Amino acid sequence: MDSHRDTPELERLLLRHAVEQFYAMEAELLDTRQFEAWLDLLDDDIHYWMPLTRNMAFGEWEGELTEAGRDLNWFDEGKFELEQRVKQIMTGLHWAEEPVSRTSHLISNLQVEEDGEGIAAGCRFLLYRSRNETETDTFVGKRRDRLRRAPGGFRIAERRIFLDQNVLLAKNLTVFF
Amino acid sequence: MAGGDRKYLGGLVRTSEGRISRDVFASQPVYEDELERLFARCWLFVGHASQVPEPGDFVLGRMGEESVIFNRDRNGRLHVFLNTCRHRGMRVCRYDQGNSRKFQCPYHAWVYSDEGGLIAVPKLESGYHNELDTAEWGLIEARVAEYHGYVFACWDEETPGFEDYLGDFRFYFDDYCRTFDGGFGEWEAFGGTLKWRMPCNWKFAAENFGGDYYHNPSHASVDAVILSPAGVEGRHTYDAVTRAREHHKLNVCFPGIGHTARGEYFKEDYEYMPTYQEMPVVEDYFRECYAKRRERLGEKARFFGHGGTVFPNVSYSNGVQSMGTWNPVGPHETEAWRIFLAPKDAPDEVKNVLRHYVIRYQGPSGLTEQDDMENWGYAHEGARGTIARRFDYHYGMGQGHEKRGWPAEWLGGDIYATEDVSEQNQRAFFDCWARYLDTPPSAQGARKNFEAAE
Ligand code: FES
Ligand SMILES: [Fe+2]
Repeated sequence: MDSHRDTPELERLLLRHAVEQFYAMEAELLDTRQFEAWLDLLDDDIHYWMPLTRNMAFGEWEGELTEAGRDLNWFDEGKFELEQRVKQIMTGLHWAEEPVSRTSHLISNLQVEEDGEGIAAGCRFLLYRSRNETETDTFVGKRRDRLRRAPGGFRIAERRIFLDQNVLLAKNLTVFF
Repeated sequence: MAGGDRKYLGGLVRTSEGRISRDVFASQPVYEDELERLFARCWLFVGHASQVPEPGDFVLGRMGEESVIFNRDRNGRLHVFLNTCRHRGMRVCRYDQGNSRKFQCPYHAWVYSDEGGLIAVPKLESGYHNELDTAEWGLIEARVAEYHGYVFACWDEETPGFEDYLGDFRFYFDDYCRTFDGGFGEWEAFGGTLKWRMPCNWKFAAENFGGDYYHNPSHASVDAVILSPAGVEGRHTYDAVTRAREHHKLNVCFPGIGHTARGEYFKEDYEYMPTYQEMPVVEDYFRECYAKRRERLGEKARFFGHGGTVFPNVSYSNGVQSMGTWNPVGPHETEAWRIFLAPKDAPDEVKNVLRHYVIRYQGPSGLTEQDDMENWGYAHEGARGTIARRFDYHYGMGQGHEKRGWPAEWLGGDIYATEDVSEQNQRAFFDCWARYLDTPPSAQGARKNFEAAE
């Protein structure tokens, strides 16, 4: 059995397992509102991006998503801006998050690849949010991350979030993906 | 029957007593009157010319509850068509944007040209025996007005032309249309339209943008975070300037006109205030623009618009240069659409700063508007209760304290201007709204037939 320990396959399995654990831990931080601790998982140069999605004709699918750095997006920002969002919630006066949301982040369909540039991790997410008495939102989509190895696990260097919605059915995006 | 025995002005809308019934926001029959008597009559914003730069370009728009196609035809002319097939009503265009010389209905394949004409009908001979007059059955087309690139459309023949519809409000909408240098430079819309649903009546948003300086305390959390790109104070690009200079913060409306605006009038000319110190290209751009603006507008450069609502349902914001349309989806829901623009010839750095700032200010991911929507949603809930509806909303702030033709005659001789906070703009909005709703539709006014392909 020991002879298998160093095979690439096992390496991949271990990496996948580590990423899975990392995502579970990340979801736990967000869902228990430890937003500042969550920020620590983001690398200082993180790009956090969620484009708008358009209905496009067959053959024109390349125009489906708005572009980062050029078009309008739901998010196209870095760590400083995410820190501002956390700070706003922590004022206790951010009425869209006061009282604060109840969230559950479900992560599945994990795909992990390591190449020269680091670790590429893709998944599906289902983010359920309940607020006040009966407000609910279900955000579903794909997430594609770039991760870097760091002491104690990973840091997120890039997060691309593809929400499967054209007209956003939620009144706000005050939750983190 | 639409209208019923409801009386709006002096009935549900008693602005002279500073009261408006909650039914105005949450009643289904009132909503149905709105669709017939307001949205079918007013000039409504459909898009910006820069969204369809090339012949054949189209984007979808909305007028009231209905989908429209906003396009530029092969000859460069702008059109707004109801997005519905004349045969059985199927949507003829189901793409948010694209370029096409024709719109083919997916159902029985009637084909319309980019000028709206019905150009192909399957089995015209064997099925229709050549008895279908295709000239009569083109797409339903609205009147279209392009104003400094901003495109509005209207279904009613009796509504005055767009410039008359703007009336004396023109000064304020012009101020919005001007580029930062004070001229009528070219604006260009960023790619993409923010589209989202809000659980409130559309008028909460329209009246908020039209003149609610009073709700400033609701934004305490974003002010604490300092969203302003200057990074010094507050959430607005202009906060650095206004804190340093004496000014009147104005609410502006005109008797009889529903359009409303907010802005600042500075008491004296002043030099440019550094705002983007850490971004030299951006700082230089705005400094130069400001110098040109002063040169071009003279004393009038002292007025700085913040935003307003072009009656009934499009709210603009100066500086962040956005157009937000509050599309009704029943009395209890709104589908907001918003585009943002930047001066076409501005350096990329400037465009990027503007783009970056605006999507963090407004819309569902905007730190500021998130809190507005929370308030609108639960304020709306407050309009729905059986008991609650017996009690009017209070709209009396500043009643009788409006000043006419103040503080400078050129701001509009016949304006009502009030400093700081007032509900005069909301009263003007609802007075106008009530007059539309008290007037039954006229048969002549409703646009019935296709007239584009003449
Ligand atoms: S509904 Fe369009 S062709 Fe029949
Ligand atoms: Fe606001």
